[in-house]
Amino acid sequence: MGMQLKAGARFKSDVCETSVMVIKAPAGEFELCCGGVPMLPPAAPSGASTIQSSFASESLIGKRYVNADESVELLCTKGGKGTLSLNGVAMDVKQAKQLPSSD
Amino acid sequence: MNISTILDMAAEAFGDRVGVVCGDTRLTYAQLRDAAQRAAAKFRETGARHVGLLDITTPAAPIAIFGAAYAGLTYVPLNYRLTRPEINELIARITPVVLVTGQHAGLVDAKPGVTLLDRDALLADCASGEVPAPTPADDPRGVALQLFTSGTTGKPKAAILRHENLMSYIVGTVEFGAAAEDDAVLVTVPPYHIAGISAVLSSTYAARRMVQLDSFDPAEWLKLCRRENVSNAFLVPTMLSRVVDHLAVSNSAPELPSLRAIAYGGGKMPLPTIRKAMTLFAGVDFTNAYGLTETSSTIAVLGPDAHRAAAASDDPKVQKRLTSVGQATGAVELEVRDDHGKWLPAEQTGVIYVRGGQVSGEYRQQGSLLDADGWFCTRDRGYLDGDGFLFLDGRSDDVIVRGGENISPGEIEEVLLSHPSVADAAVVAIPDPEWGESVGAAVVLKSGAWATGPELQELVKKQLRSSRVPKAILFKDSLPYNETGKVLRRLLKPEFTAE
Repeated sequence: MGMQLKAGARFKSDVCETSVMVIKAPAGEFELCCGGVPMLPPAAPSGASTIQSSFASESLIGKRYVNADESVELLCTKGGKGTLSLNGVAMDVKQAKQLPSSD
Repeated sequence: MNISTILDMAAEAFGDRVGVVCGDTRLTYAQLRDAAQRAAAKFRETGARHVGLLDITTPAAPIAIFGAAYAGLTYVPLNYRLTRPEINELIARITPVVLVTGQHAGLVDAKPGVTLLDRDALLADCASGEVPAPTPADDPRGVALQLFTSGTTGKPKAAILRHENLMSYIVGTVEFGAAAEDDAVLVTVPPYHIAGISAVLSSTYAARRMVQLDSFDPAEWLKLCRRENVSNAFLVPTMLSRVVDHLAVSNSAPELPSLRAIAYGGGKMPLPTIRKAMTLFAGVDFTNAYGLTETSSTIAVLGPDAHRAAAASDDPKVQKRLTSVGQATGAVELEVRDDHGKWLPAEQTGVIYVRGGQVSGEYRQQGSLLDADGWFCTRDRGYLDGDGFLFLDGRSDDVIVRGGENISPGEIEEVLLSHPSVADAAVVAIPDPEWGESVGAAVVLKSGAWATGPELQELVKKQLRSSRVPKAILFKDSLPYNETGKVLRRLLKPEFTAE
């Protein structure tokens, strides 16, 4: 069961404190998980899911997470214990281009 | 998508860090978030659609920016230096509005749909109490910010920036939590300028302490840099020039061991000023930032390495880069086109176009001015060199069209300024029955110095050509500038026709 990822949409983890905001994503259905468990809309009641050990290497606040071709990009707005994954594949941290501080 | 996320994240990860310093007031990021959420509830109660700010820089500015975002309302800071009728005309365009004001409250006409909120009362009321949990809308198309642009002609235009534009700018150009614990940024641009707003958003996202100084004064600026151990500062060129002059007059060194970086922008930086500043502030990183209101702020930067390379180089091409505004940031694309919209190669001057998520190019009344492929015409003229360094050459609107020939005021101003008696010069188009338009020059002489009109006309003729020669020269005591150091040509034009 997939979900639409619209720019601006937020999701929360069902297994930890992780929250994300969609920066960009193409149309279509995706399975977005944290800790191996599908993420939920912010207002949804949390289930009693437990983290899967193979998806337990943390998400970090302020990092941008992308899939392999970088067509999907999420901003982690709150970190937690679970790994973010898309369609079963762990997402990578996008390398930031550090700019000289201009303002 | 909502810019309130920026403050949520800073408060979540760096809640105990001081976020805003103004005089003796200090707010941590957690306190700033709580205050903004309390302010949001107050704004909503009024039934307003806009949150206006008619005030100097105080902590109420970041509270109002984020409070408006939490409440899902559009933030509209207004220029309190405008005349009373101008201010009330702008307020009429944003009713129903809740307007945060301080000493300028008396300028506002009482009207239905205009709710005044005293800044000090707001700061006091939002300092403590229950924090209502807001649920800001996620619509990325929501309008976060409306800014009235000065407008070279006619009524001020209402540029709008959506949450997605500002988030794209911040996420694309700032690293979350990048500031070190002790870092502090001193921002002296007015609260109604795009650079003043992007400074709040960038500093919050970087978790960098913001130090506020409302009325710029070089001595005050140096004092505050020392007192707050400021590490980063943003100045408009005229301010940096005043700091440099102040140090020269008092024959003193800056003595700012904490200062690591100075960013400047908002107007043209004179070459002698940046050279002097780089010598005085040896070891400090200089960054020139170029951007527009309609592009959510910075689109090109000339970074510290490029500054040093240009200052140290013997190659005229590299030296010249000290007068460029640098290269496109990674978040946008730039290109130059001719007057018919045709793409121009490097080294050819035309109109600058920009594309990227942070570019709104949109106005309340006129709608989106982006073309089908998302490009925005900045109406700024300039060229890119072979390595993508952008050089500006004034505004399209300022170009003088004399008998079908395009004349840029900049080149004539440069020649006039090269005369030893000339302190300042601005060139504008004046109506001409024969040529359509011709060149008018307003000139300020150095005190005690002397030059005649024919002498200056001869100088231009010799260095450029006869079509560039000012038909009329007006000697003035000073030129009109706006607060970021841009010369107000529209105020000069009528003076030539009034002659």
